[in-house]
Amino acid sequence: MKPRIDRRSFLQAGLTGLAGTLVVPAFLKSGSGNAWASAAAPAGMAGFLERFQVTEAMIREVMAEALSRGGDYCDLYFQHTIGHSIGLEDKEVNRAYGDVAYGVGIRVLKGDQTGYSFTEAITPQAMKLAARTAAAVAEGPAGHAPVSLEAIPHPEYAAVEIPWEGMAIGRKMPVLQEINDRVFGLDPSVIKCRIRFIDETSHVLIATSEGRMVTDSRVMTGVNVSCTAEKNGRREENGYGVFGRSGFELFGPENRERIASEAVRRTLVLFEAEKPSGGEMEVVLAPGSSGILLHEAIGHGMEADFNRKGISIFADLIGKPVAEPFVSIVDDGTVPNARGSLNVDDEGNDTQRTFLVENGVLKSYMHDRISARHYGVPPTGNGRRESFRSAPLPRMRCTVMPNGPHDREEIIRSVKKGLYAESFTNGEVAIGAGDFTFYVKSGCLIEDGRLTRPVKDVNIIGNGPRVLADIVMVGNDFKMDEGGWTCGKNGQSAPVSLGLPTVKVSKITVGGV
Amino acid sequence: MNRKERSELAEWAAVHALKCGADQSDAVVSTGRETEIEVRGGKTDKLAEATRQNLSLTLYVRGRYSSQSTNDLRKRELQAFIRDAVASTSLLSPDPNRMLPDPKFYPKGAPPDLQIRDPKFEAVDPAARIRLAAGAEAAAMGQSGRIISATASYSDSCWETSRCHSTGFSGEREQTDFWISAEVTLEDPAGGRPEDWASAGSRFFSELPSPESVGIEAARRALAKLGQRKIDSGKYVMLVENRAVRRVLSVLTQAMTAQSVNQKSSFLDGMIGKPVASGLLTMTDDPLIPKGFGSRWFDGEGLAAVKRTVIEAGVLQGYYIDTYYGRKMGWDPNSGSVSNLVFKPGERTLEGMIRSVQRGILVNGFIGGNSNPTTGDFSFGIMGGLIENGAVTQAVNEMNITGNAKTLWMNLSEIGSDPYPYSGWRTPSMRFEDVQFSGL
Repeated sequence: MKPRIDRRSFLQAGLTGLAGTLVVPAFLKSGSGNAWASAAAPAGMAGFLERFQVTEAMIREVMAEALSRGGDYCDLYFQHTIGHSIGLEDKEVNRAYGDVAYGVGIRVLKGDQTGYSFTEAITPQAMKLAARTAAAVAEGPAGHAPVSLEAIPHPEYAAVEIPWEGMAIGRKMPVLQEINDRVFGLDPSVIKCRIRFIDETSHVLIATSEGRMVTDSRVMTGVNVSCTAEKNGRREENGYGVFGRSGFELFGPENRERIASEAVRRTLVLFEAEKPSGGEMEVVLAPGSSGILLHEAIGHGMEADFNRKGISIFADLIGKPVAEPFVSIVDDGTVPNARGSLNVDDEGNDTQRTFLVENGVLKSYMHDRISARHYGVPPTGNGRRESFRSAPLPRMRCTVMPNGPHDREEIIRSVKKGLYAESFTNGEVAIGAGDFTFYVKSGCLIEDGRLTRPVKDVNIIGNGPRVLADIVMVGNDFKMDEGGWTCGKNGQSAPVSLGLPTVKVSKITVGGV
Repeated sequence: MNRKERSELAEWAAVHALKCGADQSDAVVSTGRETEIEVRGGKTDKLAEATRQNLSLTLYVRGRYSSQSTNDLRKRELQAFIRDAVASTSLLSPDPNRMLPDPKFYPKGAPPDLQIRDPKFEAVDPAARIRLAAGAEAAAMGQSGRIISATASYSDSCWETSRCHSTGFSGEREQTDFWISAEVTLEDPAGGRPEDWASAGSRFFSELPSPESVGIEAARRALAKLGQRKIDSGKYVMLVENRAVRRVLSVLTQAMTAQSVNQKSSFLDGMIGKPVASGLLTMTDDPLIPKGFGSRWFDGEGLAAVKRTVIEAGVLQGYYIDTYYGRKMGWDPNSGSVSNLVFKPGERTLEGMIRSVQRGILVNGFIGGNSNPTTGDFSFGIMGGLIENGAVTQAVNEMNITGNAKTLWMNLSEIGSDPYPYSGWRTPSMRFEDVQFSGL
């Protein structure tokens, strides 16, 4: 438990907070305790109720308590997560981390107002106490808890072949050993290799006062490799990672080899790299992780809570043209096995493909329950929370730009002098001003239509709506990024994905010397 | 859980791990209570309150290491959790440098009173909490007709922790904190919706500043951003406001850990006794400051807190050394993490420093950017204002600073007399010469 860190992250992310942040790689949950891993529960709703040692009658009683002060809606979010992590350093898998999270969050809404509490002891008494705490946000006559609860099915976007529950640590360790051996084998200048491997399994049960009960089992896994190399007394460090909602099958021989070779390639290129001269210039974004542009430039600004409060720079632009007609931007919860995908959101609503921008026109915000009701629209399945300890917020899932009409070579040829940005570590946005940034770990200069000298370690800063309007070419080589992106908002982190084809922005400020 | 129950559970867990086959273990049991209230538009937008509990356990099994945590404290589940964790740990590769700290580094004698636990925490009136948030919001809204939205929050927390090491050390830690914060968004005729925030906290409820002062400060900061724009690229004098200094300072502190040195990820490798900053920088790590936000009697490993100067007149005095990487390097541990940072102050506040700048850029916030601790390279987005002839004449945003920490810190040319009071890092405002800004 890290109380100080929780508090600081609230101060930094919550209050600078208008700002969203995005970082990679992510090892937020980690673990190796498997007290529960082998305790196979019965399938279906009965299995979930047994896991949390609750009954429908008990849930209805807690709801009655939650609505006793006049709240007009409540929900219960039961969660049981088992996380494991192992690490390799100095050529040995010599550390393991484990975490178990178990509890229920109780939310009461009165219009736009939220009352929230949670308990980590799932007993009738503790749940009722938490319900009364959350109920206090409202003042009025008691509302009615549902007479019956109905189990609602949902699609499955994260089929797992080899599940994590019950898997012995000895089966995972050789993956790290092999990647490590490959990294050292690829180049004699490699002096250090560090690897972190995570797997996590969550079971959630969501019950709402509208009588819905939804269950979901979610997995997350990933491996991140960082590599340090030394040449002529100079050192450089970089890395690569692959993440997804998959089972052990994600780490087959092909991926092990690719992860190792990407980590080494991305490190070695930095020895040749320099810092560009800074200022406004044309920027071409490589396909894949450059989707960070969408996340920061428009994604956060289209989360409906910021618009409901009038503090987003996109607050009055729905239905208006914001980009060239060949530009569309989608927040998609249904991409198979992607890190940001969800079978259902954390309010129990189906996820979907939500067009934020369609053919250049600003189309839809991303909603949670509060904002969907505020705007009188159906929910978009974007209500997410870090855990049962937090109330849901509108959050992104997989934010992508579909293919456009241009050819990659044509895009690069069109640039006289500019930057080709290839790999990224993090980004941030100020929602109201629209200023957003992302940090380019590596890329190239473009001179007279050709990729020339490598560059490294520069920040790019732009203004969301202006940069959207300045997207002048969109390639036809879309790539979904596989990195371990984690988005931070109001102190809560959420796994997300990004994707983009090759894209050209006509003017943006690049850091440099 | 009261203190006795907490420390008994910690001791039981540490001992149970040994029974399951561990050679050494430490267990930490924490319980906490947190409240958060947000007020917007004159009414409560969010009210959240809950208690928390957690057990974290470090295991050393025949030279193998793991670290585990769980919040499911039912005895039967804990027994299975510990048994399985020990069994998993025994499958890892051995690591001869993993062991609990040498007992000679544990704290001795009676704990000092660091004054970080408000005995009246439990007596804070729920209505008073809402009044504090509401007061900050109302004060912010009153500052300008341009304000689109102001949200203010009150939060508090109380954490109580019992630690037990199988090698004999046990310790208690109790702390509280209280915060009032506000964020303000404005309509700007020049376009965009400038925003800023202010926050103030204390260890004791009775020492919180007035909510009005927090709301007014948030509004003042947002109003100062009206008409913000980027300006010409070039080298400028850079003044960094006290609360923003942490971002550029962390480029140094990241590279000052034994871990980064051992893993060859530090540009400060081999720099002990050598200058890493201008002679104006003297920085002390002091874990024993009464009421400090980073104050502690022992650290996260149970190592005794010791006050020490980490940079003296620009010369690097030592790294942050934990037990594990210390053993790898053959160094005695002194704590692998920063507690409170205190700086030798200068003579002027930020206002005085601004008056002395002919032409430069005041940075009062960073946005995004990153640094490379292996090389010292950094590039950060900034916001602030253009200083001309001793006064801020134009709000500035959408620009980057780029450079290398070695040069930046050698170019430190003035330190303010205004340590930031609301963080364990009590950074004063700082002036740097010849910083590369990119904008237009």
